Order: sequence, then structure tokens, then C-alpha cells
Amino acid sequence: MTDGFSRPAAGHVPVLRLGDVLLVTLQGDLYDSTAEQLLQDIGEAIAGDRATGVVINISGVEIVDSFLGRVLAEIAAKARLLAAQTVVAGMRPAVAITMVELGLTLPGLRTALTTEDALRLLGATDPVLRPGGTRPGSP
Amino acid sequence: MDIAAGVQACLPIRSDMDLVWVRQHVRQAAAQLGFGLVDQTKLVTAASELARNTLVHGGGGQMETAHVVSGRVHGLRLTFRDEGPGIADLERALSDGYTSGDGLGMGLGGARRLVHDFALDSAPGAGTTVTVTSWASRPPRPREVI
Amino acid sequence: MVGNAIEELNRVPEQEAVGQQGSPAREVGDFLHRRREQIAQRWADETLFRTVFTVSRDEAVEAGRVVVDALAQVAVSGRAADPEAGGFLVVREQLSRMGAARTRTGLTPSQVSNDVDALRPPVLDLLLADLPDAPADLLRESTTLLTVLMGTLRLVVMETALNEGQALIDRQRLQLLEVATPVIKLWDGIVAVPLIGTLDSARSQVVMEALLEAVVDQQARFAILDITGVPTVDSLVAQHLMKTVAAARLMGAECVVSGIRPAIAQTIVHLGLDLGTVVTRATLADALAHALRKLGVGIVTPSAGGVGER
Repeated sequence: MTDGFSRPAAGHVPVLRLGDVLLVTLQGDLYDSTAEQLLQDIGEAIAGDRATGVVINISGVEIVDSFLGRVLAEIAAKARLLAAQTVVAGMRPAVAITMVELGLTLPGLRTALTTEDALRLLGATDPVLRPGGTRPGSP
Repeated sequence: MDIAAGVQACLPIRSDMDLVWVRQHVRQAAAQLGFGLVDQTKLVTAASELARNTLVHGGGGQMETAHVVSGRVHGLRLTFRDEGPGIADLERALSDGYTSGDGLGMGLGGARRLVHDFALDSAPGAGTTVTVTSWASRPPRPREVI
Repeated sequence: MVGNAIEELNRVPEQEAVGQQGSPAREVGDFLHRRREQIAQRWADETLFRTVFTVSRDEAVEAGRVVVDALAQVAVSGRAADPEAGGFLVVREQLSRMGAARTRTGLTPSQVSNDVDALRPPVLDLLLADLPDAPADLLRESTTLLTVLMGTLRLVVMETALNEGQALIDRQRLQLLEVATPVIKLWDGIVAVPLIGTLDSARSQVVMEALLEAVVDQQARFAILDITGVPTVDSLVAQHLMKTVAAARLMGAECVVSGIRPAIAQTIVHLGLDLGTVVTRATLADALAHALRKLGVGIVTPSAGGVGER
């Protein structure tokens, strides 16, 4: 990490679909525009795929400032409007301590240690066993 | 009291791409000075907040970094400068919840809590300069008043 | 190194007005240069040099010469009262070794200080013997300058010795903090820190970081902070506890605080802190039971005649 700068991830963050859940993995340092784009993409993905949950894994994120904090909170708010729950998974200790010091406690967000825990929290047990991710009773 | 060992780098803050460079530069400089992981993260986050202020409210500017020494303690000083409209009410600008743009209103007040020393210099029409310093092995912090 | 110092000595007077002919600075500088050997020889028999250089007297004499050269350079530069003067830089490491060696033998700082002060009379005697015909003013100013110079040398030795001691204290303090913060795994998914003794701001921060690291390492959904052994907390520590709870929540874990003594509860109320969002339990056992229940782990007491009997 200390030797040389890592290239920041530019452009799109892929939004994966896993059963009824959308899975997003944030990695490294994000451009503000990338985060804004993600907010839009997730909104569209929830509406389009009729997902019931969103898991955002941030174990690869080294800092969360108030901007990224706002993006996470807005994703959760948007998802809630579309009847989906959002779980932020894998926040690093140093990031958590800093966010608390900064005054960002994200009260509306659910959190989990890992993506697996997050999926369990959303009640989406073993989504792999249901290929296609069709919901029972979906038309 | 402390001796600045001179300006080490000067980075422009003109776009959100520059914010990424600011964060990575501060992270590397802090790591080299022996900052622990948590202190690194706090300083980088503060730098991100302040650089975004410079960009969004100051219309762009620059960040200077300097290695400072006080006794046996080494620190990193960051100076954010813009020629923007400036801030009229400094006291209010530092309070949580205050915002003139996007964000959660944590910018200045939040950044102040993440560093050891914080100085804000601004006046309407005269631009804004924010100087923050953090120390590698932290000196005991003064007792906070609740 | 010695050669450089002399070169420096010869060069400086031409550049700076301080070392003019007949000035005390020049007089003392010349004297130290002239009497280098005698001073080093006399110092080698003083306590400081005898105890630091125990094996060889030659080594002590050589060390003395280097110190005399440094003093001469400082005298001529006109910064006799300045411990940061360039000349001292050359001998700083050696002086620190000498100071540290004395401190290690259990001497108090004032004893070490006296050791260094004992180097002064031999030099002053030599100076007085050297200037029998000098004008009274020059003699007085020169002896004063030399005294100041020796005082500054004493300061430099003390400063380096104290720095050494401080560095040792810092190292030990860090070790103590780590030893005093054992994070233990109570169950799959449950970690705990039993805290004993006074919590200050620095220690609370170490505890916070250690506990949250353990949460990640052990994939623990529950973290218990047991403060049964903590006599009091101040507002700063109480705030740290609450920040730990908040940070754990952001990571997806629940932090339970157990063992809050009545006195501490009272303090928290007095400080007007709201622990409403913090899960608290009376004892570590209660906190563990709470975590186990939430993890879905049942505890069954074996009935008589059951598992307990053979």
C-alpha cells in the first residue's frame, strides 16, 4: 500500500445479482463521480430486477468520508422507497473509528461483518441454490 | 514551537480526480512518518473533507504538505488554500450540521475532530485557508469539555 | 572527524566578527586548541571518563580530545550558551552514550550532572595559568565564557541522557498497554476484553482498536467490554466506550458493556451522557448469556442422573 499509488477505480462499479439480492463490492479509492453513478445504477437495478435487498461490501475501502457516507445513506433511502433493504458489510475497524469520530453513525443503515452475514440478515439463505433468482410467486 | 522542515509537496485541487490524489498522497506521507493505521485513516479522511470543501466551496485551490517536528515528535501539516468567496461566520461554519452544499454537514467540524491541531482563516471575499496538523505518536489530547 | 573540527575552527574566525584577536571568544578558542592534549589527559582521570571508558585510558583521552575540539568550535562561533550550536552536533552521540552509561548504573540525573560539572575546574585552572598577564577585563570575560561553555556542555549531556530515558519510558508504556489489553475469545463469534485498573484516554483508544481488530479476526458478532475492574471513568473514557459501541455497530457487530459499577453509573448520569443506545449487562456472565441467546446457542443444565453422573 505504501509503495506507489494504486490506480483509483474509475467508471462503473458492477452491480451483481445474487438471488433476490443485489451485491456491490467497493474497492480502493472511488471518484466522487463513480459513487454518484453507483447511486443511480443501484436505484435502476432495484426497480428493474425487483430485488428485495442490497448488500454493499466495503471491506476493500480505506476511508469513508462524509461524501461517501451520504452516498451510502442515499442508496439505503432509495432502496427503502423501492421496498428493499440495504446492508453495509465488512467495514474496517479504522474506517469505523474514523466515521464515529467524524460524527457519521449512519443510523438508518444495517451492517454486517461479512457478505454472508449480510445475506443471512436479509433472509436470503443460500441464494446459489436458487439459480435464476426467481422469487416464489413472481409472475 | 515546532519547526517546519519545509513544504514537501503542493497538489492542485481542481477536480474530483485531484481529491483521489490528495487522499493517496496524504496516506503515503503519513505512513512514512510512522502514523498508525487509525491515525492515518483519520488524517486522510480529514484531508478528503477539507479538499472537497476547497473544491466545492472555494472553487478549487491547492494543498501543501509539510513535515513538522516538535521535540521528538514528528507530524504532518496540511494547508488547504482557495481564493473563493470565503466564510463570513467562522463559528457557525465549524458547527455540525452546517452546510452550504451537498454532504451531511460534517465537513469542517468533523475534520477538526479528526486532527490534533486545526486552524481556520477566512473572510468574505478573501478566500479560505485551513491548516491541520497531526502527530505520529500523539501527545496527550487536552480534555474535552462536554 | 577531529581534523574536520580543527579545520572548522581555523575557518570560522575569518567569517565571523566574534572571534577577533583579543576577544574572549578568540582567547578561549585558542586556549582550548592549544591545551587540547592537557585537558583531555586531565579529563581522562575524572569520574565521568573513568567510569564510561573502563577498559582503556587511551580511549578516554581520545574521547576527551573530540569534546575539546567541539567546545573550541562552539566558543569561536559565539554561541557558547546555545545547546543547539553546530559544534555540539559532532559530539552529541558520544555525549549521549556517556550520559546513558552513567544513568544505567543507577545514578540520579543530578549525580550525572555533577560528574559533568567536575570537568570544569581542571579546564579553568589551566586557563588561569595560561593568562597570567592578560588584562583583568579579558581574563574575567574569558573565564566567564569558559564557564558558560562548560555549563552548556552539561546541558547537552543531560538533555541527551533524558531523551534516552524518555524513549525507554515510551517503549515500556506501549508494551504495558498491550499487555494490559487481552482480548479473549469466549465462544465462536464472541470476544471480550476484561479491563482492570484505571482507564485513561490513551488506554481506551488501545482497547477500542484491539477489540475491533478482534471482531474482524474472529468474525465475532458480539464484543463484550467488561469494566468490572475499573474503579472510575471520566467523561473522556465514557465517550470512548460509547464510540467503541458505535464503531462496532458500523462494522456489523454488537458491543455489550458489562460490569458498570454503581459509582460509574452515577458518574455517567452526572455527566449527562446518554447510554440509551448501549447494551449493558450487570456482569460478564449476563453479557455472555445475552450474546449466546442472540446467537441461538442454548445452554442446558444437565439434570441429576443425566450427563453429570458417570
